[in-house]
Amino acid sequence: MKFKLAFAGPALTGIAAACLFVTAGTALSPASVAQDANADARTLRPAASFQSIANEQERSVALFTEAGKVIQHPRCVNCHPATDRPLQGASMHPHQPPVFRGDGGMGLPGMQCTTCHSAENIPVVGQADTVKSIPGNPAWHLAPIEMAWEGKTLGQICQQIKDPARNGDMTMDELVEHMAHDELVGWGWNPGAGREPVPGTQAEFGELIRAWVDTGAACPAS
Amino acid sequence: MVTFTLNGQERTFDGDPDTPLLWVVRDFEKLTGTKYGCGVAQCGACTVHLDGMPRRSCITPISMVEGSEVVTIEGVSGKEADAVKTAWAGLDVPQCGYCQSGQVMSAVALLQMVPKPTDADIDGAMAGNICRCATYHRIRAAIHNAASSMEG
Repeated sequence: MKFKLAFAGPALTGIAAACLFVTAGTALSPASVAQDANADARTLRPAASFQSIANEQERSVALFTEAGKVIQHPRCVNCHPATDRPLQGASMHPHQPPVFRGDGGMGLPGMQCTTCHSAENIPVVGQADTVKSIPGNPAWHLAPIEMAWEGKTLGQICQQIKDPARNGDMTMDELVEHMAHDELVGWGWNPGAGREPVPGTQAEFGELIRAWVDTGAACPAS
Repeated sequence: MVTFTLNGQERTFDGDPDTPLLWVVRDFEKLTGTKYGCGVAQCGACTVHLDGMPRRSCITPISMVEGSEVVTIEGVSGKEADAVKTAWAGLDVPQCGYCQSGQVMSAVALLQMVPKPTDADIDGAMAGNICRCATYHRIRAAIHNAASSMEG
């Protein structure tokens, strides 16, 4: 192209200029803005980057809002259902086959989580593109009903996870530890083939929660 | 090499460790009572007992079975299994029959855990075993009959 342009007349140069214009226009198109938004949905801002918010309470809310990209992701909410039935998939539909909470959130007698789920994600072969693996983790189970997140706003979830009666009687330090290191929480970043992981890394998520607690654990208004 | 117990006998498998237990049972052990239905744990046709618990063999890599006890429809035994077999024959539960080995394995496991199940217990335990002939009403009745027969 450059070689041709070097020997081209004004007409071809004009076309090239038009191409450059179109290219520049593409960079600012709604589609690329959407791509940026998608990339933003897959990553977490570092906790340190929130230092630019001078007001501590506003910073705390902003930190939790960023962590909310993980907390409200289907990978997390699907096993924090508001009923006794887990949800499934990116569309968060009721789990198929129909399974229910049971003792300890591990299913009913004869149809427990471990009837199908293993200690690790199990790839399947020879299936439709929409089914690539069966998710699994050694601790696979539903969150207790008092920890239900389904249908709640981020502000409601925020208040809930600070409440010992609804967070498994955890102190804030224990909550940070749970978010930052719990193995089943960590599954969200390693959900197996065919499933979108939650944004960022568990370490980044843990740092956001730590910083949120350190700034007073303020909650979004809604 | 994976070593496990199949219907009371020690067996080994030295193929790909990702091979589903279902294929080991059917293709290598030639026990074809356990059926392939969906391959993704959605239908229950491949149900076996793994260390005494119902398990979908189609999504169970053989590597996971190391040191475990596997029981298939060919080897299931005990008072619950006897009661289920008698009740199944008594009500002529199967229609086409394809799903029935999975149904029986789930029913036996339920009765081992809950000897006198309610309708809700039965629905909860059997919800993952699909029957295209819709023999569900007879399955539920047969499980009740099996439970009753074990009381006496």
